[in-house]
Amino acid sequence: MLLVELRKLVTRPRTWVSIALLAGLPTLVAVLLKVTGVGPRPGQGPAFLSQVLNNGTLFPAAALALVLPVFLPVAVSVVAGDAIAGEASAGTLRYLLVRPVGRTRLLVVKLAVTMVFVFLAVLVVAATAFAVGATLFGIEPLPSISGQTIAAQDATWRTAVTVTYVAWSMLGVAAIGLFTSTVTDSPLAAALGALAALVTSQVLDLLDAAAAAKPYLPTHYWLAFVDLFRTPVLWHDITRGFAIQGVYILVFLGAAWANFATKDVTS
Amino acid sequence: MTLAIATEGLTKRYGRVVAVKDVDLEVHEGDLFGFLGPNGSGKTSTVRMLLGLVFATSGRIEVLGQAMPRAAGAVLPWVGSLVEGPAFYPHLSGRANLALMDQAGPGGSRHDRRDRVGEAIERVGLAGVGRRPVKAYSSGMRQRLGLAAALLRAPRLLVLDEPTNGLDPQGMREIRDLLAELVRDGATVFLSSHLLAEVEMICSRAAIVHQGRLVAQAPVADLLAPTGRVLVATPDTDAAAELAATVPGLRIDQRRDDRLLVHLDGVSPELLNRRLVEGGVRVRELVVERPTLEDVFLELTGEARHAPG
Repeated sequence: MLLVELRKLVTRPRTWVSIALLAGLPTLVAVLLKVTGVGPRPGQGPAFLSQVLNNGTLFPAAALALVLPVFLPVAVSVVAGDAIAGEASAGTLRYLLVRPVGRTRLLVVKLAVTMVFVFLAVLVVAATAFAVGATLFGIEPLPSISGQTIAAQDATWRTAVTVTYVAWSMLGVAAIGLFTSTVTDSPLAAALGALAALVTSQVLDLLDAAAAAKPYLPTHYWLAFVDLFRTPVLWHDITRGFAIQGVYILVFLGAAWANFATKDVTS
Repeated sequence: MTLAIATEGLTKRYGRVVAVKDVDLEVHEGDLFGFLGPNGSGKTSTVRMLLGLVFATSGRIEVLGQAMPRAAGAVLPWVGSLVEGPAFYPHLSGRANLALMDQAGPGGSRHDRRDRVGEAIERVGLAGVGRRPVKAYSSGMRQRLGLAAALLRAPRLLVLDEPTNGLDPQGMREIRDLLAELVRDGATVFLSSHLLAEVEMICSRAAIVHQGRLVAQAPVADLLAPTGRVLVATPDTDAAAELAATVPGLRIDQRRDDRLLVHLDGVSPELLNRRLVEGGVRVRELVVERPTLEDVFLELTGEARHAPG
């Protein structure tokens, strides 16, 4: 079953187009920076970008920071929202279920495949960014945000943790998307539902009146991986981010399962 | 005789709307069973409940001797189905679609998958087009491919909803022959259809649902039992009518041109024929009147329109 779903994922042109677009954005930014030589001033603009001009080592992290707030969650919402609702709207859901594929099994496999997409997307973005950063800006020993130098292999594990952290955050998005995907038969509505939740979270995160709720918002700690590039690493927000995201993942996957396992499939 | 499908008091409510009410179905193994009903009569809900897609509000369902939907994992591998039209991944070829579906569930080994897919595709007459993407298929081809999907893994029970939808008369004939062949080979076919003539032609038993309730369930031959009237065509209608009036029980129901519709009320058609011939009436035709399935259907579903004249 997993193989079947993986095959559906990789034979779908949409998968590759969205990943190419995701990797294209940081590449475009890198080219613009290189050509104009004008970077954001330190402390302004997207994370890490001000340092990238002199040193490409940080560009994978910078690239992830570029796609993380909007682009990546949109792509993940679309894929997760399509998981069940897409099969429903195509009419193939009923044929999968009578094949028979157990409902819980189908949900788990769809989640796994969404995760494969997330990792694929994050890795392709990071790898493209590394290649682009290395060619355009060169690899230098890395000055951390705190001022000290980070050694090259040190930068490697920090980048690896960054990739994991971003993927974990996106798993939270995938869980919400999978839930909305079991609620409606329209993949568009499902993706929109997941995005609505994220946009709400991001708006509340900017609002002082919502101060009390901020630490519990799903998007609040998304960019905490920036702290990985301090010396010493500031773990507080990162661990909180992992934990909060874990709760969202559990709750929404549970809701998705409870809904889907007991639902009348009329599509 | 073992039952392929048995339901007891099957009821489905969507909120306040009762879609299916107290339906007791009995489909015997080896039946070619016609399941009839007007739009919105609860046909589709029933089919979906049989397959475990929709959950019954109350009642019991047994398919191939096991309780549904609890035993879905054990029952459904033996069931092939076509529910409300076929559905495929449009960018893949017909063969790829069947292989993907086959691979998705249990039963059916990997080694002979290609052969089984090829065989099913050939059986529905798609052998020449199996490699084109499904989005380039006509609706008739999609329908055939849907049937091929249902036929994979030699199911013991086929649950088919409008299997001849979108097919030309030739295609319909082919599918009818195919279904008859499957039944001959020991399968059971549960055929939900609007095409009453088709059901009349091929089904051994039939059930009619109306407003969520089962209003008839019997062998097709019983549903089409003679009406107790005989149609007599003769140039001597006046003589025939006079003669008929002398036999107790006989009554002329209708008289038009050279045709009489005679109500027999227990008198045998043979006797009527003898009386007519002996009385010098020249009988050109004498036909025992039987209702068509359409007549029965319309009468039971309360939508009978009285024939003009």
